[in-house]
Amino acid sequence: MARYLLDRMVQSVAVLAIMSVVIFWLMGLMPGDPIDLMISADPRLTPEDAARLRELHGLDLPISERYLNWLTAALSGNLGFSRLFAMPVLKAVLPALGNTVLLLGISFVLAVAIAFLSGIAAAMNQHRKLDYAINLLAFAAISIPSFWLALMMISLFSVTLGWLPASGTESVGGGGFLDKARFLVLPVLTLTIVSFGSHTRFVRASMIETLRQDYIRTARAKGAGEGRVVFRHALRNALIPVVTILALDFGFLFSGALIIETIFAYPGMGKLIFDAIMGNDYNLALVTLLFATALTLFCNLAADLAYAWLDPRISYTGDGA
Amino acid sequence: MTAAAAAAPASSARHAWRRFARHRLAVASVLVLALLCLLAFSAPLFELALGTDSERVNLFSRLAPPSAQALLGTDELGRDMFLRLLEGGQVSLLVGLTAAVAAAVIGTFIGLVAGYFGGRFDAFLMRFTDGIIALPLLPLLIVLAAIDLDKLGIPAAIANSENISLYRIILIVALVGWTTVARLVRGAALSIREREYVQAAKVQGAGSWRIMRVHILPNLISPIIVATTLSVGNIILLESVLSFLGLGIQPPIPSWGNLLTNAQALISTAPLLAFYPGFLILLTVLAFNFLGDGLQDALDPRAVRRRA
Repeated sequence: MARYLLDRMVQSVAVLAIMSVVIFWLMGLMPGDPIDLMISADPRLTPEDAARLRELHGLDLPISERYLNWLTAALSGNLGFSRLFAMPVLKAVLPALGNTVLLLGISFVLAVAIAFLSGIAAAMNQHRKLDYAINLLAFAAISIPSFWLALMMISLFSVTLGWLPASGTESVGGGGFLDKARFLVLPVLTLTIVSFGSHTRFVRASMIETLRQDYIRTARAKGAGEGRVVFRHALRNALIPVVTILALDFGFLFSGALIIETIFAYPGMGKLIFDAIMGNDYNLALVTLLFATALTLFCNLAADLAYAWLDPRISYTGDGA
Repeated sequence: MTAAAAAAPASSARHAWRRFARHRLAVASVLVLALLCLLAFSAPLFELALGTDSERVNLFSRLAPPSAQALLGTDELGRDMFLRLLEGGQVSLLVGLTAAVAAAVIGTFIGLVAGYFGGRFDAFLMRFTDGIIALPLLPLLIVLAAIDLDKLGIPAAIANSENISLYRIILIVALVGWTTVARLVRGAALSIREREYVQAAKVQGAGSWRIMRVHILPNLISPIIVATTLSVGNIILLESVLSFLGLGIQPPIPSWGNLLTNAQALISTAPLLAFYPGFLILLTVLAFNFLGDGLQDALDPRAVRRRA
């Protein structure tokens, strides 16, 4: 187990390292470079000044050397300076990371809870009306464009009804816990709706598959009630494939967060990535993209752990936790 | 054609058709998609009948309500919304289908090669596939959509042509959309290459490419069709969100995604303008997902349900 974990960690670090090279290279292909931006901001800069600045910032070096310079600085804790926010990159990233973890965390828990309730209900009523209704809803949730749903939410709840704020995280001048919660409702609702559909279909499929197994028939034959069969015997086994898929879906959830944060002007990692790329803030874009990748890899790793924990063959020997 | 299908082609097809017809939502989806395509591609006829076109700006009738002249009203520049939706539909449907087919071709190739050759080669390709699946795709797509074609050494004449955003989005989406098909094909190829008839072909001296093309690929057509149909919906969603963010299909070419770009600013004055394009995206994606589900029931009845 420890050996396996170590392998997976090394793998994750390798993927992250490869991604840092790829992203660094892609950043170099973005339109303009920081010096071009300085020139457009200050017309008095001469071409000689520009060349000197490029040399000063090491931008005249080949891309491999620039990457190594960046990596050395990054590993010693210097992630650079954000042009857009006029502060060190790390200082801009950390609060956004907190906001995103909050948004994703609540939405994920809600989506999973809804998926389990509806998925199990559908599996227990296979080929009945409830099953069809849940399936239809799940398909609709998978097919809905998240940005459009966000716009419709704003149109209904903010513009027409005036119940909830359409953007930001708190009222002007700051607010208490309730005030902040009000600002979270629409982003969380939107993200939950667009992510529960595929989860529901997985839970349903996995549950139906499990309920077909011989040990379930044995449990029923021994006179166990339906509730006991489903929740004691089937659920734990049906969970195993679902957990991996839920975690693999984290990348999807993060993509959803990018759209929803951008539309609701919610200052999280997704909006930060979008603003950094659109505003040619290279240092910030690089670091935020890597943070997002690292976060996704971390969740995949967590899923592997949960998988081992759920699998009785590992957890019962005592070294799984 | 599968072995069973070769033995009794007519009855197998009839069985598949009967299973498909039983999936009422899938049948309805075919009708909806046919209607949408028909409407979208007869846009020139509507333009002729209404005596206007989707690009004519009329600042005297901005945000007009629906009328006999403009069936769904006009947008912020006085352009006919109905016609713009039809034109946008052409683009969104074409891009969705083309990118899905391109992704399926890439995925089939990678999956086939990995599954057939196996070993380290397979392990490497599948690690790579897993890596791509695990990444947060949208942020990376935004970077890919934002890169400067000049810096890639693409001639300015091509980089600045009007349709470049179309090709670009198809390419980008295909580059990340092949993973599902690749894993599917790889799994199937792994098991088929052990079958006796493949071994027999090998003994008779058939080359690797011939075995893959003649003996393995035809067995995989059904699952590939199902996976591709299911991916069209996802791809249309991806295209629409990139276009909405201003990174996909660029105006003046309309798409259902970029029709929504200005919608947020107008949401309090003209909420219906935001409603229509998104509703059509929802309808189309839903129809493709139901169609894929129905095809799966029909063509691949024993398969474990895979995700859309």
